[in-house]
Parts: sequence; C-alpha cells; structure tokens
Amino acid sequence: MIPISYFFVLSIVLFALGILAFFIKRDLITMFMAVEIMLNAANLAFIALAKAAGSLHGQVIVFFIITVAAAEAAVGLAIILLVFRQKKSIKTEDMRLMKG
Amino acid sequence: MAAFLFFLLAVTCVGSVLAMIISRNQAHNALFLVLAFTCLGGLFGLLDAPFIAAVQIIIYAGAIMVLFIFVVMMVNLRQGITREKKKWTLFFSGGLAIVLLVELILAIRGTFFALGRTGGEKTGTPTELGRLLFTDYLYPFEITSVLIIAALVGAIVLVKKGAKE
Repeated sequence: MIPISYFFVLSIVLFALGILAFFIKRDLITMFMAVEIMLNAANLAFIALAKAAGSLHGQVIVFFIITVAAAEAAVGLAIILLVFRQKKSIKTEDMRLMKG
Repeated sequence: MAAFLFFLLAVTCVGSVLAMIISRNQAHNALFLVLAFTCLGGLFGLLDAPFIAAVQIIIYAGAIMVLFIFVVMMVNLRQGITREKKKWTLFFSGGLAIVLLVELILAIRGTFFALGRTGGEKTGTPTELGRLLFTDYLYPFEITSVLIIAALVGAIVLVKKGAKE
C-alpha cells in the first residue's frame, strides 16, 4: 500500500517541472507541452485525492479536465500554426508586437 | 510490488519530463511527453482508476500528442531551436520553480497523514463513472460537448486557408 502523500509529492514535482519548462523553453510548441504537463500534474493530485477520500468525484473532474485539454490543444495548435504562417517562426523572441 | 511499480513509473515520468526540458528537438520532446503521459496512466491504474487510465493513454498519449506531432511536422523548422542566449533566464526560472515547489510542499505537508479513507470501497469502473456522469454531472457533461464542438469549429476556421479572399 503506497501512501497517498507520495502521489502528492510526485504531482507537485511534475507541476514545478512544468513551470520550469514553460519559462526556459523558447519555442511555442514546447511551451504548450509544458502546460500539458502541469494539467497532468493536477490530474494526478485529483485522482490521488479521490482515492484518499474514497469517492469518485475526483475521477469525474479529471475526465472533464482531459476533455477540456483536448479542446484546448486543438485551438492552441491552430493558433500556433497561424503564428507560424505569419512570422515563419515559432520562437518567442520573434514575437514582440501585438499587431502583425 | 505496488511500491516497485510506483517508483518505476514515477522515476520514468520525471526522467522523461527532464529529458524534454534538456532536449531541443521538438519531435523528441513530443515523444518524451508520450512516455511521461503513459507512465501517468499507469499511476492512475495504481490509484484504482482503470477507466481514467485508459482514457489518459488513448486521449492524451494517443490523440493529443499525435496532434502535437502533426503540428511539429507542419511547422518543420530546418534548424533546431538555438540554445538560450540569456543564462540568467535559466537561473531565474529555476529559482522560481524551486520556490514554487517549496511553497507547494509546505502547503500539502499538513495533509500528509491527515487523510484516511472515509467513503466506501468505490472503484473507478466505467459503470460507476458513467452513472455519475449522467446523473450528478449531466449539465457539465452536456456543456463539455458544446465546448468540444466549438473548439473543433474554431480550430478549423482558424487554420482554413483563403477564408478571407
């Protein structure tokens, strides 16, 4: 029987790594992947809590998070493609203007 | 056995996220992320959530990451992303991440041993999850389907070529 706290520790380590990746990466796609890592860290915490509380509500919330993440990935990647078409680059240094 | 599986999956997961941070090839990054998400699916299985584990592997490691890999293929940068020039960004964001980690550890430290099993023996079988989804969570469920349709239409309209002309 693994203590639930181990899962919490793994979850917050993953969340911190996601933050780190988001800040030190310089291309939009990898930054977007870092956001997905943070979402998954939250999912892990939710499922660990659902197990600790003996209820299923945490799992239902994770189900919704995964669905919303799929929608978010579709729209976000479409925006990244648009940015690449306009600027021919997905580096953050090349994006300094609000207006194209 | 369960403890061994937990440490194996946890180490693989954190290791592949670290590899994603170090690597500068976006296609490799996406594949490392597939590995990390698959390990997370295994962890969900360890936590009595078999249905969510299957959804995690099919939707996250399957569908979403395939979407990422397609975009990496379409963007197709000839030269890789160059190494970050400003070193202080690395130290600053590393410090920020460590501060956040310490803060989160302090926040959850009180809950380490306080939680016990309060409810009955419920497991995340598709039957029980489905019953919950279509009773207590019926409105969120329907709203999510509207959200999915909106996101799909939005994504197609956004990337459609020659929509203006």
